[in-house]
Amino acid sequence: MAFFVARRLLYLVPVLIAVSLLTFSIASLLPGDLAYTILGDQATPENVAALRADMGLDQPIWWRYLSWLGNVLQGDFGRSFRTGQTVLQAVAERLPVSIELMLLAQLGALAIGVPLAIVCAARSGGPFDRFMTGTAFAMLSVPTFLSAILLIYFFAVELRWLPATGYVPFAEDPIGNLRFFVLPSLTLALAEWPGIMRILRSDMIATLQEDYIALAKAKGLKPARILFVHALKPSSLTLVTITGINIGRLIGGAVIVETVFALPGIGRLLVGAIGTRDLIILQGVVLLVAAGFVIMNFIVDLLYAVLDPRIRHGHA
Amino acid sequence: MATLELTLDEGLQARPLKRGRRLGPLFWAAIGWMVLVFAVAIFADFLPLPSPTDMDMLERRAAFSAAHWLGTDGLGRDELSRLIHGARISLVVGLCAPVIGLVIGGALGMLAGYFGGRFETIVAGSMDVLLAFPPLILVLAVIAFVGQSIFNLTLILGALSIPASMRVARAATLTLSRREFVIAAQALGASHARILLRELLPNVILPLFAFFLLGVAVIIVVEGALSFLGLGVPPPISSWGSMIGEGRESLDVAPRLAFLPAAAMFLTVLSFNLVGDTLRALTDPRQGAL
Repeated sequence: MAFFVARRLLYLVPVLIAVSLLTFSIASLLPGDLAYTILGDQATPENVAALRADMGLDQPIWWRYLSWLGNVLQGDFGRSFRTGQTVLQAVAERLPVSIELMLLAQLGALAIGVPLAIVCAARSGGPFDRFMTGTAFAMLSVPTFLSAILLIYFFAVELRWLPATGYVPFAEDPIGNLRFFVLPSLTLALAEWPGIMRILRSDMIATLQEDYIALAKAKGLKPARILFVHALKPSSLTLVTITGINIGRLIGGAVIVETVFALPGIGRLLVGAIGTRDLIILQGVVLLVAAGFVIMNFIVDLLYAVLDPRIRHGHA
Repeated sequence: MATLELTLDEGLQARPLKRGRRLGPLFWAAIGWMVLVFAVAIFADFLPLPSPTDMDMLERRAAFSAAHWLGTDGLGRDELSRLIHGARISLVVGLCAPVIGLVIGGALGMLAGYFGGRFETIVAGSMDVLLAFPPLILVLAVIAFVGQSIFNLTLILGALSIPASMRVARAATLTLSRREFVIAAQALGASHARILLRELLPNVILPLFAFFLLGVAVIIVVEGALSFLGLGVPPPISSWGSMIGEGRESLDVAPRLAFLPAAAMFLTVLSFNLVGDTLRALTDPRQGAL
C-alpha cells in the first residue's frame, strides 16, 4: 500500500507543476496588457511603465512564473487589484456556498440514482428497467441551464413555492438558506443521477451473476437482503470513482447553476473575475480549483485501492 | 483533411451495410431529426422566412399566426426564423470543434497507443493536465481575452475535445496492435506509417466516429451554455443558447420563448447522443455485453 501511495504521489508532482504552468500561461500569454487593464483611461506610457516595473511585468516570463510559483508555495496567491481582497480571502468567502451546493446536489443525485439502479438491476430487462434506462438516457441530453429554466418556471413562476434566485447565509436563516438551495441542487442532481444510475446498474447486474449470489439465493435469503447487503457494496466501486470525480468537479463551482440562481459561490467568483479582467483572482482561483480536482482524483485512486485489494497488489 | 474525408466515408458506409436490421425506429427518428435540422440550417437563406433580425415593435411576443408560425420574441423578431438561423451556429460550432479534437486527438492517441513508451506517458500526462481544468472556466477565460467570435469559440472548444478522442483512439489502438493482422504486417516488414494508416486507422475510425457524434452533443450543450451566459456568439446572431437566455427574462409572460429553443436543443442533443451511443455499442463488443 505504501508503495502504491508513493507511486501515485510521484505522478502527482509533475501534473501539479504542469497545471500551474498552464494556469500561468493562460493569464500571462493572452493578449491584453495587465497594466493597461488596471490603469484603464488613465494609461499614459509613463504610468504603464511604472506600474509594469512595480508589478514585475518587465521581468522575463520564466522569472515571473518562478516568483509567482514561489509565492504560491508560501501560501501567497496575490491580491485582487480591484477589490483589494486576497485570493485566499475571496475563496474562503465563496467556498462554503459551493460546498453546500455540491453536497446537497450529490445527496440528491445519490438518493434518486441508487434506489433506481438497484430496482432496475434486480429486474434487468423488465419494463421498469427499460423505461428508467431510457429516461436516464434522455436526461443525459438535458443541459443544466435547460433544467434550471424548467424548474424555475414550474416551482418559482407558476407554483411560487420557492425563490428563483438569491442567497442568505445558513447562520442567519437556516430555513431560508435551504429554500434558496432547493432548486439549484435539484438542477445539479437531475444532471448527475443518470450517470450514477447507469454505472451502478451495470455493475450490479454483473455482481448479481456471481456464484455467491446464487448461493445466497439458494440459502433462501430475502431478495432485498441479497440486493442491499450482499450485492451493493461490491458493486459500488465505480460509483465511488464517479462520485469522487463529481465532487472534485463541483468544488470548482457549478458555473451555470450558480449564475442562473445567483448563488455567490466559486463559479460566480470566476465569472466575475473574467468579466472585470481580474487576472490575479482568475489565475489564483483557477489554480486552486484545478489543483483541488487533481488531488481529489488522487484521493479517489487511494480509496479505490482500499476498497479493492486487487488494485494495490495487482498490475494497475 | 484526408483523414476527415475517410472518417465520414467509413462511418456512412458501415452503417446501412451490416447493421441495418438491428437499429430500432428511435434510431431512425433521430437520424430523421438530424437530417431535418441540417437541411433547414443549410437552406435557411432560401426558405421563405422573415429575417431573423428584423424587429417589429408592434408585434412583440405575438402568438402563433400565419405570418409568424411560432410567434415573435421580445423584440418582435420572427421566432421560427431565429430558431432556424440559431441551428446554424449550434451545428457549425458543434461539428467543427469535435473535428479538431477528432483529427488531433485521434492522431495523438494512435501514435501513443502504437509506439507506447515515453511518448505515451507524455501524451497521456498532458491530457490529464488539460482535464484537470474546469472546462467551462477555461473556455470563459480564453474567450474573455481573445474576444467573442465563432472562430475563437470553435478553436478553444476543439482544443478541449482533444483528450477524450485521444483516449478512445489510444484504447482502440492498444488492443488492436496486439492482433494477428498487425503482427502479420509487422512480420512482412511493413513500415510504421503503413501499419498505422492501412491496418490500424480503418479499425480505429469507427469507434472514433461514434465518439465524435457524442462529442457533437457535448459541444452543442457547451456552446449553448456559453451563449446562455451571454459569452458565446456575439449578438445580434441568434443561437439556441442565447435565445434561451433571453427567454428566461420573460418566463412569466411568454415561457415559450425559452421553451421552443430549449426543445430544439434537447431534441438535437438527444439525436446525436442516440445515434452516437448506438454506434458505440455496435463497435465496442465489451459494452454490448453489458
